[in-house]
Amino acid sequence: MFDTSPLPHYFSPEHEQFRDMLRSFIASEIIPNINAWDEACTFPRELYRKAGALGLLGLGYPEEYGGTPCDIFYQIVLAEEFARSGSGGIQASINSHTIAMPPLLAAGSEEIKRRVLPSVISGKKIAALAVTEPSGGSDVANLRTTAVRDGDHYVVNGEKTFITSGMRADYITTAVRTNPAVKGAAGISVLLIEGDTPGLTRTELKKMGWWVSDTAQLHFNNCRVPTRNLIGIENQGFKLLMHNFNSERLFMAALAYGFAQVCLEEALDWARQRNTFGEPLSQRQVIRHKLADMVLRIDAARCLVYDLAYRIDRGVGDPAQLVARICMAKVQATRAMQFCADEAVQILGGMGFMRGTRSERIYREVKVMMIGGGSEEIMKDLAARKLGF
Amino acid sequence: MKILVPVKRVVDYNVKVRVKSDQTGMETANVKMSANPFDEIAIEEAVRLREAGIATEVIAISCGVTACQETLRTALAIGADRAILVETDAELQPLAVAKILKAIADKEGPGLIIAGKQAIDDDSNQTGQMTAALLGWPQATFASKVTIADGKAQVTREVDGGLETLSINLPAVITTDLRLNEPRYATLPNIMKAKKKPFEIIKVADLGVDITPRLKTIKVSEPPKRTAGVMVPDVATLVAKLRSEAKVI
Repeated sequence: MFDTSPLPHYFSPEHEQFRDMLRSFIASEIIPNINAWDEACTFPRELYRKAGALGLLGLGYPEEYGGTPCDIFYQIVLAEEFARSGSGGIQASINSHTIAMPPLLAAGSEEIKRRVLPSVISGKKIAALAVTEPSGGSDVANLRTTAVRDGDHYVVNGEKTFITSGMRADYITTAVRTNPAVKGAAGISVLLIEGDTPGLTRTELKKMGWWVSDTAQLHFNNCRVPTRNLIGIENQGFKLLMHNFNSERLFMAALAYGFAQVCLEEALDWARQRNTFGEPLSQRQVIRHKLADMVLRIDAARCLVYDLAYRIDRGVGDPAQLVARICMAKVQATRAMQFCADEAVQILGGMGFMRGTRSERIYREVKVMMIGGGSEEIMKDLAARKLGF
Repeated sequence: MKILVPVKRVVDYNVKVRVKSDQTGMETANVKMSANPFDEIAIEEAVRLREAGIATEVIAISCGVTACQETLRTALAIGADRAILVETDAELQPLAVAKILKAIADKEGPGLIIAGKQAIDDDSNQTGQMTAALLGWPQATFASKVTIADGKAQVTREVDGGLETLSINLPAVITTDLRLNEPRYATLPNIMKAKKKPFEIIKVADLGVDITPRLKTIKVSEPPKRTAGVMVPDVATLVAKLRSEAKVI
């Protein structure tokens, strides 16, 4: 395997300690169970607490809420190591708060931060982000779920869909339209809706991949949400929702080449062991070229992500250019994942079509990575705009 | 009571080791290094004793190059209170380490030294025993259970016939076996906190200890390559080959 020794200007000894701990945690707590959990379409809630106890859920959050302030490379390490589990679903569930909680941290009242953040960071409560609706996803400005003020409550009506951790979430950070008179971004607010709110019902959605993760459609029928659960300023929620995309997309890019690497490793192992016509597959030129093509795509994506992580961390570069390049890093890394999953399943042959190999699962989980967190088309369009094309 | 725990920086157990091309030793350049796993067990045991209120302070110590600081940070992240690096670029053999540990023990006055039973790089299994001898302390090696009470340590050891329990007076040296405990994960908050714990670096020359190697390595070579097996047509051929070629019957 190619050498990926940590570059000292990206990774300190502490990053590597964190990586060692994660690798060992994932190898002992997740990998032995993941096939069974995936088939069962769920995993024990206890895993959130275990992850919380190790500090995995508090990256970048202040200590006063139970978090650990740290630079973005810790998140890259987290993504790379979670990818080694070979399951996209487990990280999507365990890390669903990383998209749900940033609006709270950025704009929530002190009361709500103290009430919610420590329980989520310790893994006692599960948080989800609900933005996408049946009528549209990326077009956030046109969402239809309404929240109408009634005394010290909002009355919420509408539907959200494709919500990761939606079935189990105790806290749902929800994008709502608080000013129905205004079309577009100006009438949008962010509300924290609690899982036990009367009028909230949930329907589980079945998926191509990420089986282990619960994904839901949420129905809000006259849900009364206290006004103290408003995050930030009324009608100014749009910016709050857009705020977190950089780190989410970079995290997804790191996951994507992480999954690609798992495919490469599995394919390489198989190619070395599998003998055909008196020779291991790994000695066939056609297979060797496939493996080399996988390495070059993974390496390119990884280098780009490290470069961008460093730039974000140190504030190096024009923000618009950074947004553009992060969008493209997500595209590049998910394409690397698509390529490697395809080639790995091909190299594994019949075995690659069997459930239980990591490449089979990753193959089914390529598309969600190319669509979720901003589809490839949206990513490229946004990049073009930010680059002034 | 203070507990002193030596930790050694070794090639990570996951690394496939290679012999250096000049056959002077193992290749360690660009190879992942970690704390010796038996030493992590020792740190864990010491931290548990502190958490149980039996020990007051756990001091991790490492001897060797500057990079051993990373190994000590691991010990601090698991829960050691402070660290001492005895820095030297010289080759250190078990006797030299034992002398250094004696010098540090004389200075710090620990009630207990808990060491890994051996390091996974050279598998010497000598440092703990030599340290006990130099200090004139009792020793209990290969511990699978440790109980401390009334100035004594009860140490269970796994021996061929079953379990042996020793009772030794403190101060003493205990070395850890694999089944003593399962070291906890170094949590992210503890990894970060470890950066702020006291860290002392001492030059080996300042201890006035003779660390000259007493053993000379003549040559390190790869074990012979295993050749592929041979299929024999019948039992008679097998017996003939065992007799004439393998000469085992």
